[in-house]
Amino acid sequence: MSKLKALRPYFLVAPQTIVLLIFLVLPIVLIGVVSFWEFNGYSMTPAFTLDNYRGVLTSSVTLDTYLNTFKYVVLVWAVCLAMAFPVAYFLSFCIDNPRLQVILFLICTIPFWTSNIIRMIAWIPVLGREGLVNQALTGLGLVETPVAWLLYSDFAVVVGLVYLYAFFMIAPIFNSLMRIDRRLITAAQDMGASGFQILKEVILPLAAPGISIGSIFVVTLVMGEFITVRLMGGGQSASVGKLINTQIGSLQYPLAAANAVVLLAVTLLLVVLILRTVDVRKEM
Amino acid sequence: MLKKRSLSFYLLLIFFCLFVLFLYGPIIAIVLLSLQGPDGQLMFPVRSFGVYWLGQVFQEQRVGNFVEPFKRSLTLGLLVTAIAIAVSVPAAMAFRSRFRGASVILYLTIASLIVPSVLVSLGIGILFQVMGWPTNWFSSGLGAHLTWTVPFAFLIMLGVFNRFDPSYEEAARDLGASGVKTFQEIVLPLIAPSLIGITILGFTLSYDEFTRTSLVSGQDNTLPLEVFGMTTNVTSPALYALGTLTTIFSFAMIAIAYSGYRIYSQRQRGG
Repeated sequence: MSKLKALRPYFLVAPQTIVLLIFLVLPIVLIGVVSFWEFNGYSMTPAFTLDNYRGVLTSSVTLDTYLNTFKYVVLVWAVCLAMAFPVAYFLSFCIDNPRLQVILFLICTIPFWTSNIIRMIAWIPVLGREGLVNQALTGLGLVETPVAWLLYSDFAVVVGLVYLYAFFMIAPIFNSLMRIDRRLITAAQDMGASGFQILKEVILPLAAPGISIGSIFVVTLVMGEFITVRLMGGGQSASVGKLINTQIGSLQYPLAAANAVVLLAVTLLLVVLILRTVDVRKEM
Repeated sequence: MLKKRSLSFYLLLIFFCLFVLFLYGPIIAIVLLSLQGPDGQLMFPVRSFGVYWLGQVFQEQRVGNFVEPFKRSLTLGLLVTAIAIAVSVPAAMAFRSRFRGASVILYLTIASLIVPSVLVSLGIGILFQVMGWPTNWFSSGLGAHLTWTVPFAFLIMLGVFNRFDPSYEEAARDLGASGVKTFQEIVLPLIAPSLIGITILGFTLSYDEFTRTSLVSGQDNTLPLEVFGMTTNVTSPALYALGTLTTIFSFAMIAIAYSGYRIYSQRQRGG
């Protein structure tokens, strides 16, 4: 009977683990295997060749694409953080009424549950050549001809990615801030700390786990991103995800797989780096 | 509420309002532009008001077919949610007791969320190709959706069970209830409000999923894939009209979930 009881957790986790083994672990293992296969122009054949990795690691396109992707990652991460922290701070510290707090948080959340693609399309009438921003700028006489780089540019890609993923930064930071014991703030005030000192010495260190969980989400989401880069970027906008997607489009699975393995390694490295700066286990 | 507000409060308030404008501005823009008459254009100003373009969405020959992909996404969303709940609730319950390998399972689940989505799509695509199975929205597509929805459902249930008082179950067991009976009579009613939340979350995550599905949906597109195809070849406000309709649908789902959650938790409190 006690033996059966010891096995109980394993029965309970088995279905979920099987789902993840079939649709996550096995596919990624296969990507690793296929990355050593050969490609003869129209199909892949089992083999053991390092040509795919040689192709990926020696081409200048790879380096440029990674640099461009990192540029998106850094910009989107910085903007998301700069946007999410004040919003989360306002919600958790400036709103005293719990009911209003829930309502305002929901207002910030709802758009993130609507279609990603529609939310990209929604920027066309705003940022387009004859869009609202340009109409306002020309109407005010700030510019003479419409600004062309607002849409189908790196700028638009960053706006689009921030628009899609800011929520993943707001929610964990809000969660961290809500857990801060308010007596700590009062104590700091009683000891004569200024508002800025409280922010720097009390709130920021306690919000760090939330910031790092949000950062992991934003960084990993942007690393594999290709749809926003396709929709919002110009022809030149490149990202690793888009590169892999193009290679898959031309059926070069082994090459795409080698690229994906490199992408996974780089992404995991970034996650490890973030985790090394902050211990997030307390948040779980 | 009566205390005097500081300057930083007002600065933060302005920032918050700008953020809300950033969130809703583009959505409002496409809603306005989709409510135009036949002379409507893709850009402002709005020429005339009407529901012409909303009607156009349902005309197959003009902008592609959306009714079938919508039904597919609906079915897939319901399937994905049902499976996600069926596997994540027991898994989260297992985590209430200590067992060897628990942290491996936890990391595996989190990994499923943070793996770049193109890898999931490519990997499942290769798996089906190697096995010689045809890709379909209800097989490979379903799997891709599960890698995204199951971890969310699991993490939420983990949080729910963290705050769960085990004394109710102990009481039931002391009174002679079996494990299954305890789950049905005690655990299930207590976690029901959270299950409503997960249902809607899982459904919307699946209903909007694009990147993980993009390579593995097979011949028949889900709704987001169909919409994506449309972005390249439709240059009329019908595009915005479709956006308006799907957004209204998403809002309606959230409203239903929220009121369901409230009614249920109120009834529980009222006893």
